[in-house]
Amino acid sequence: MLKDITIGQYLVGNSFLHKLDPRTKIIGVLLYMIALFTVNNFIGMGAMIVVSAFFVLLSQIPLNYFLKGLKPIVLIVMLTVVLQIFMTPGEVLWQWGFLKITDMGLRQAGFMGTRLVLLVSITSILTLTTTPIALTDGIESLLKPFQKIGVPAHELAMMMTIALRFIPTLIEETEKIMQAQAARGADFESGNLMERGKAMIPLLVPLFLSAFKRADELAIAMEARCYHGGENRTRLKPLQYTAKDRVALLALLLMLALAWATRMV
Amino acid sequence: MIKVDGLTHIFYSGSQKKEVKALNNVSLEIREGEHIAVLGHNGCGKSTLAKHLNALLLPTEGKVQVDDVDTANEADLWAIRQKVGMVFQNPDNQLVATTVEEDVAFGLENIGLESELIRQRVDEALACVGMTQFRDKAPHLLSGGQKQRLAIAGVIAMRPKYIIFDEPTAMLDPSGRQEVIRTMQQLNREENITIVNITHFMEEAVLADRVVVMDGGRIVLEGNPKEVFSQVDYLKQMHLDVPPIAELAGLLHSERPDITTDILTIEEMVAKLCP
Repeated sequence: MLKDITIGQYLVGNSFLHKLDPRTKIIGVLLYMIALFTVNNFIGMGAMIVVSAFFVLLSQIPLNYFLKGLKPIVLIVMLTVVLQIFMTPGEVLWQWGFLKITDMGLRQAGFMGTRLVLLVSITSILTLTTTPIALTDGIESLLKPFQKIGVPAHELAMMMTIALRFIPTLIEETEKIMQAQAARGADFESGNLMERGKAMIPLLVPLFLSAFKRADELAIAMEARCYHGGENRTRLKPLQYTAKDRVALLALLLMLALAWATRMV
Repeated sequence: MIKVDGLTHIFYSGSQKKEVKALNNVSLEIREGEHIAVLGHNGCGKSTLAKHLNALLLPTEGKVQVDDVDTANEADLWAIRQKVGMVFQNPDNQLVATTVEEDVAFGLENIGLESELIRQRVDEALACVGMTQFRDKAPHLLSGGQKQRLAIAGVIAMRPKYIIFDEPTAMLDPSGRQEVIRTMQQLNREENITIVNITHFMEEAVLADRVVVMDGGRIVLEGNPKEVFSQVDYLKQMHLDVPPIAELAGLLHSERPDITTDILTIEEMVAKLCP
């Protein structure tokens, strides 16, 4: 059940986006986000939707697989839309008791909803086309310049790698502990929120204990394999910036400029 | 050669800071190309000894030398750890990376080799343990025996002269245990890597050239498997199991003196009983 989580999964492929340097893709996502919050009218938003659809096509990810990944956010999007519709002040179009719908509310709801969906789409395109290793390498490389002001670039990347490595292991362990406790009569399914929360405590204690033990053993094993931080460390697959990346980056900057231009319309 | 000389290790445990002598004046020589098994029940100090061989722990008294370099010498720390590889008990808690080949590369990346060289050594190491077809898999999808072979690949990619196995099969099922033992023997015979296997499985100890038995932080018995396992009563006193055939030989010996106590395998026993 816990194993069905698909967010952040990598899908093997050979598309243009798969081949891009992870740094280009991370910067690209940032530029896209800026563009997404720059546009403020229907033409701009329409253009952003077209651009996103183009990215999906370019990534060659099967459409149904991609849409399945959006499912978990449906609830959040709906909540946002409903709140925006009813809570935004403006010219009242319809009213029933204290509930009223305004023109600004409809507009805001449409924009926020679309933005959320596009935001999640673009980030899932990033994780679907980039291996976790490339992603952490990219983040490490991008943070390197900030090391001088005390940003622990290598340490952050190593933490992410280890987290990614151990999430499946810990999920497996959680399921095992749940089964062991269910076999002795523990009940995780029924009761109200408080009761369910309480039932989780006997689950979390052994899980944390074992996680600490794992961390301890892993640290020793890493030391035994000559780990001593990021200094003078080399990589099996170093990142390579190619002509493709330059083209992609230029295109992305152009997109941002155009997004800005749509504000003038 | 790894030379352990008068090694004593004391640590302080609990809130009272009680002094615990985990190792008490241990001396041992590990010669190149040897396959040594270290036996002993829980808490006898065998894991503490293992951690001294690659400077994960430093002696309280005495010294440990790897090829004439003292492990207390901090400047040589990384050279020593490269030379003395270590495989741990829990297969999960020693794999760092998210794919098999990245994990094998981990140690090589730490010592700063160039990418092409890393690639070459990773491929060799994976081929050596027969894991090439899993190169892009995530470690958590492997079986216990495969995980342990992956850990071994990560160690041999560093081209060590010695590999310390700290109860590598304790958490594996019988088939996984066989995989690991086979790999261990192959490394010893074909690559001439010195193996120190810390274990409590007698059937593994029987395969070694030399068996060292520890109890209460001391080495209490040392010799080739035949010598060690003929001392059935003494081993039982140490709370150690004896290989069933050795025990049978010991029992038969009192009735039939021609059945010697140095029999360790079923084949030898059959040859003795039905000449």
